[in-house]
Amino acid sequence: MSFALKQPSVLPGFGLTLGFSLFYLSLIVLIPLSGMFIKTSTLTWAQFWETVTQPRAIASYQLTFGASLIGALINGLFGSLVAWVLVRYRFPGRSFVDALVDLPFALPTAVAGIALTAIYSSNGWLGRHLEPLGIKVAFTPLGVLVALTFIGLPFVVRTVQPVLQALDKEAEEAAITLGANRWQTVRAVILPELWPAIFTGMAMAFARAVGEYGSVIFIAGNMPLKSEITPLLIMTKLEQYDYAGATALGVVMLVVSFVLSLLINLLQWWSSDRRETH
Amino acid sequence: MNSLKRRRLSRMWRTNVVFFATTMGIGLLLPAFGLAETEDKEILNVSYDVSREFYKDYNAAFVKYWREKTGQRVVVKQSHGGSSAQARAVLGGLEADVVTMNQESDIAVLSEKGKLVREDWRLRFPHRSVPSTSTIVFLVRKGNPKHIRDWDDLAKPGIAIVMPNPKTSGNGRYSFLAAWGQVLKRGGTDREARDFIRRFVQNVPVFDTGGRGATTTFAQREIGDALLTFENEVSLIQKELGADRFDVVYPSVSVLTETPVAVVDAVVDKRGTRTIAEAYLEYLYSDEGQELAAKHHYRPSLARIADKYAARFPASTLWSVDDLLGGWKQAINTHFADGGTFDQVYDEIARQRK
Repeated sequence: MSFALKQPSVLPGFGLTLGFSLFYLSLIVLIPLSGMFIKTSTLTWAQFWETVTQPRAIASYQLTFGASLIGALINGLFGSLVAWVLVRYRFPGRSFVDALVDLPFALPTAVAGIALTAIYSSNGWLGRHLEPLGIKVAFTPLGVLVALTFIGLPFVVRTVQPVLQALDKEAEEAAITLGANRWQTVRAVILPELWPAIFTGMAMAFARAVGEYGSVIFIAGNMPLKSEITPLLIMTKLEQYDYAGATALGVVMLVVSFVLSLLINLLQWWSSDRRETH
Repeated sequence: MNSLKRRRLSRMWRTNVVFFATTMGIGLLLPAFGLAETEDKEILNVSYDVSREFYKDYNAAFVKYWREKTGQRVVVKQSHGGSSAQARAVLGGLEADVVTMNQESDIAVLSEKGKLVREDWRLRFPHRSVPSTSTIVFLVRKGNPKHIRDWDDLAKPGIAIVMPNPKTSGNGRYSFLAAWGQVLKRGGTDREARDFIRRFVQNVPVFDTGGRGATTTFAQREIGDALLTFENEVSLIQKELGADRFDVVYPSVSVLTETPVAVVDAVVDKRGTRTIAEAYLEYLYSDEGQELAAKHHYRPSLARIADKYAARFPASTLWSVDDLLGGWKQAINTHFADGGTFDQVYDEIARQRK
């Protein structure tokens, strides 16, 4: 690290820009977060542990992180597919489809939640047909998954798209001329290039889903121990003016999210490393 | 892209920037001019979610009254949201001159935690600072196909009840307490109340976070056989969603829901608005204020006006949280705090399933 600081850079302004970046990050991210930790520290360890290990809290972590992870995986698969179709094929209405992808970004989450609930409830367009099959979506954990998948979609598509666009067609053509079949080309030539982008997109979709509140509370049904997400528990703590308890749950979410995104980053680093040694 | 096209694009871009900047400039300057022109006194009423329609009418009446009385123009701003969320906002520095909440605890917290409201606030206006009341009733599907007449019918197997989450909604807390208190009121013990509540919450398929959300679930998603809600909400639901779709059932006993009001002393002293703020709340007890309350289906506190509208408010035995459950503070600690009866009942249900 110290050698990097001493090394004179070709680009001037390193000190100024780094200083500004650190100041900006502190102001926007670090100070609010440290406020959260300080508020939590008004609890003793025993109180903290009791708050964050209540059965309802544990059940909500399982739902929040589980559904977010599955949602991110679904988006990883189908988001990449959408990106592939948008980059590789030309068809009428392509820019329309391209714009559709951004909608979950732009839509107020409460609107998304109400719309999804209306469609998937037992008298809704889709729910009406799913219910006879024994599939209940609205007001169950499955509904939470649907909402979290919805809001995470743009992340994977928008991170994979530019990488796909920049991908050399020659490498694929070379693979084919060397006798690779379509699947081998995809697996050995295209996917290794895409993995880092897919992981990044999934990590972002996951992070977004973990913190999601607005769209989920409408479709979850919020039944204790069954379909309560952790952000809802934080809200219920606030309703009791239990600020310290609310921040305690916040700290748990933050730590778990941080560890998980670190893991995803490691995976990404590992996959790009492997690609380079090949 | 050729250079002509690029130039045209960049010109378009520049026009856009100029247009944007001008609009922003006008937008920023206008309010400044507006403020300089008039010397309106402005007060902010921070209120709970479903009082929107009432205060819209009431504010117009008060502004007219105040102008005739003093010649002074007053502007009443409104802020609405979940009652406790609103109380938190005021605690956090939202400069409310008056607060009008739907449960006592949301004003008590301003006095206890924030020292913003004087401790004796309940004695500063008539009827313990409660200008109007309401109660929890059942809304059922037209014709009452499941024959829901009273509380016991709600706890029967196969009935689905829709009510908001007691942990996040004042409406939900009142509904839960109404179900608990009716057992005590009819001579039951705490143990019997808990047994009833366990059967009762097992019939709740969805806990929306707020009152209006529960209404949507019941009316639009057509989930549940009965919706627990405030009496004053029923007329609005029927007006908005069709009077011919639902029937109202008045249980034999229910909770008296109070909507207390208070002047936020710390704010009015700082802003110099005490006179107006106090007059604003006092006017709630005037004939006109009480008539407006009745018009919006709140039960008036003044006996004179209440008698006039007696036909609109069916008599049922109403009990108050203060009398039966020892006040809001105790009720919240017993039932809704972490590990309270609401949590206990869910733990019991979860254990039974295992």
